[in-house]
Amino acid sequence: MTTKKMAIIATKGTLDMAYPPFILASTAAALGYEVQVFFTFYGLQLLRKDLSSVMISPLANPAMPMPVPMPVMVQMLPGMESMATMMMKQKLKKHGVASLQELRDLCLEADVKFIACQMTVDLFEFDKSEFIDQCEYGGAAMFLGFAGDTDICLFI
Amino acid sequence: MNFDKEFDASGLSCPLPILKTKKALADMTSGQVLRLVATDCGAVKDMQAFADQTGNPLLSSTEEGGKYIFFMKKK
Repeated sequence: MTTKKMAIIATKGTLDMAYPPFILASTAAALGYEVQVFFTFYGLQLLRKDLSSVMISPLANPAMPMPVPMPVMVQMLPGMESMATMMMKQKLKKHGVASLQELRDLCLEADVKFIACQMTVDLFEFDKSEFIDQCEYGGAAMFLGFAGDTDICLFI
Repeated sequence: MNFDKEFDASGLSCPLPILKTKKALADMTSGQVLRLVATDCGAVKDMQAFADQTGNPLLSSTEEGGKYIFFMKKK
């Protein structure tokens, strides 16, 4: 049986949008898939050694369930983002959902390959030392070389 | 049912029961049986899907007092 393959393009860097790529990548790896995740634009935040800056905001996110209805004028106040992030993390923990760090570690353990978009690193003048050592740097052609031969390819 | 190894994934949500099962199976030998306990109701379909896709037979899947009990044989 040939090994199945999955490729994911992770373009978002918020707490909520960080989960789908890591959950799918780790699960697919557990099912025996060969997996590569290409992190580009804001998705690059998910490759930082320190994931504590990955946050969630209720602002411009009307679908986010809130304990009490909150007017947009209130959502934009200083500190609301930190508070929403703290509450979301507590909720995730309470429900036994793995932390991002844990899921990312499980991906790495299962040999999921992480590729950081070199163009975005240059564009935002990121310092590579802030990213985990286990990622490779590459571009669209490198990613497509793998993605072109996959069974599942997702843009998140 | 007899088993060689047990793992309690109670309180853990998707995809952790599957990922932990994969890990638990890793250091078992072919033919050994793993008993897994989970409280995530999504694990019922996920464990079956895991079994179907990895070829490790799911010997049984039952519910007892809000807990889901699985017996999986390592292929």
